[in-house]
Amino acid sequence: MTDNPSRTILIVQPGPMTLVQDRGRFGFQQLGVSVSGAVDIDALDTANLLVGNDPNAACLEVMLGGLEIEFPNAIVIAVTGAESDVTIDGVPISLGVSYFVHAGARLELGMAINGLRTYIAVAGGIEIAQTLGSRSTHLASGIGGVDGRALVAGDVIDLGEPSDAVASGLLLEDDSQTLPGSEINVRIVLGPQDDEFSGNGIASLFNSTYTVSDQSNRQGLRLDGPVIESKSGRYDIVSDAVVNGSIQVPGDGKPIILLADRQTTGGYAKIATVATVDLPRLGQAGPGTKITFSAITVEESQELLAARSERFKPENLASIVEQISLKVDGDDIVVGVADNGSSTLAAVERNTYPVSVEEYTPAG
Amino acid sequence: MATNEASGTTYPRLVPAGDSAIVIELGSEIDPNVNDQIYSLVKTVEMAGLEAVRELVPTYRSLLVSYDPLVSRFVEMNERLAELVDRSKDRPDKEAEQARIVELPVVYGGDDGPDLDSLAEHTNLSVQEVIDIHSGIDYRVYMIGFAPGFPYLGGLDQRIAMPRLKTPRVSVPAGSVGIAESQTGVYPNASPGGWQLIGRTLAKLFDVSSKSPSLITPGSKVRFVSVKSHDR
Repeated sequence: MTDNPSRTILIVQPGPMTLVQDRGRFGFQQLGVSVSGAVDIDALDTANLLVGNDPNAACLEVMLGGLEIEFPNAIVIAVTGAESDVTIDGVPISLGVSYFVHAGARLELGMAINGLRTYIAVAGGIEIAQTLGSRSTHLASGIGGVDGRALVAGDVIDLGEPSDAVASGLLLEDDSQTLPGSEINVRIVLGPQDDEFSGNGIASLFNSTYTVSDQSNRQGLRLDGPVIESKSGRYDIVSDAVVNGSIQVPGDGKPIILLADRQTTGGYAKIATVATVDLPRLGQAGPGTKITFSAITVEESQELLAARSERFKPENLASIVEQISLKVDGDDIVVGVADNGSSTLAAVERNTYPVSVEEYTPAG
Repeated sequence: MATNEASGTTYPRLVPAGDSAIVIELGSEIDPNVNDQIYSLVKTVEMAGLEAVRELVPTYRSLLVSYDPLVSRFVEMNERLAELVDRSKDRPDKEAEQARIVELPVVYGGDDGPDLDSLAEHTNLSVQEVIDIHSGIDYRVYMIGFAPGFPYLGGLDQRIAMPRLKTPRVSVPAGSVGIAESQTGVYPNASPGGWQLIGRTLAKLFDVSSKSPSLITPGSKVRFVSVKSHDR
């Protein structure tokens, strides 16, 4: 559209680390290229769904909050993931709801209160050039995102065209809580190299509580806790491929759960693999989070994944604001107001805005 | 069918790596014949064109098949892949001879290979002998991993093996050719590293803007060609 200048967002303050991420870079692992992508894929999928984006659209992944961005163009946005205070021009907004923001609006994200990573989706998605089929940033190899790096103050990022389906005031029904709290039970499928470990080693894994160490990052979670004993005393295998959620045990016997930024291959025996549906919570697990493991079968893990895929569909989006039609000076307009916990929303002509009200009594 | 004496494991074996991948192990050790079988299996699986298959990651002695479980569940995939493993065994075992050879022009020594002199001293060989031995054979690319385009090469002559540097370098230039213990390799990108650097190539090993980004591919062979200077 010629009357529509190119749409962008401006990074005013990136916080500790803000990265461009999509669902990951697939197809090049045999050439040593890490998949990367969002570590909380549930939060990414929810955010994209709320603003009418393709599931493969790229979002901002913000670690620990502290981000400030400006929207030079009027746009629909959604914020998901770690619990934190979010405001648009000082007005509180809710996580997991899509909003229409005015041109020039400024979003401020407070520090994360529960969870580590917040996702911000904008209608149309982040439209930087793809590298090997993805926009995900992999810092270790300097691939993807903006020049393979984290975003910095002053970055101006291009956005794509919003879909026709874009709407504000939506939330995802059954937006199951992915935030970890202080303790997580993680479902795992044993293997591929569980036979490298002794009976005692396997028992340690299932009967102990492990703690996420501060030596954890997008590449993996290092866990502190009881040593997992191998059969032979060796933990090394001839290097082979790893997957998202591989639990490898290096020579010190302390497990490491591999996440999005993992290398493609590794030389430690892998005792088990995390169920795909439990990976998002691990992506939100900060240092000190307690982790226990329980075994499920491959078939059970796949059933969970099939159930998950039913949740992330446009037909599960619902409007948060009940809108009514009014006649004003002979014209029909549609308005509505809703209260969603800490924030209040107003809908005018099918656009839902965050609003600040001194006193508001819900209808009823 | 092979059996590992120590563990009693029988190969080939298929094991799940979670809900979206199956690992096909054809052995437990580094063995050129097993690695050949891995690359014939890659061809067999690619040719079968299974709808659920998303990505293949061949390594020394195993093949990771990642798949979409919403298209095919584990039991079905496992069955199909077991059939393909059987079928792959019947392929003529001549893959190695057909392997693509990647020639890398290398300037040995000087600023390009700052550790060449000390390696010659360590191995009681002349500098020229080290160069002749290193560039005298074709190296099998067992797999690519660790970093984009980083080849795990096999076949280094033990006469020129040498331990890693005591203190790794903060940055090794892209294209550096090095030796660590009984391995040789080439760094596709600048990175920290502790390998003994004997030379350098200016060949672009990894190019993200290309559809086939890695010059060296799994299953190919690498030949280092000694050149006097980088001008060509």
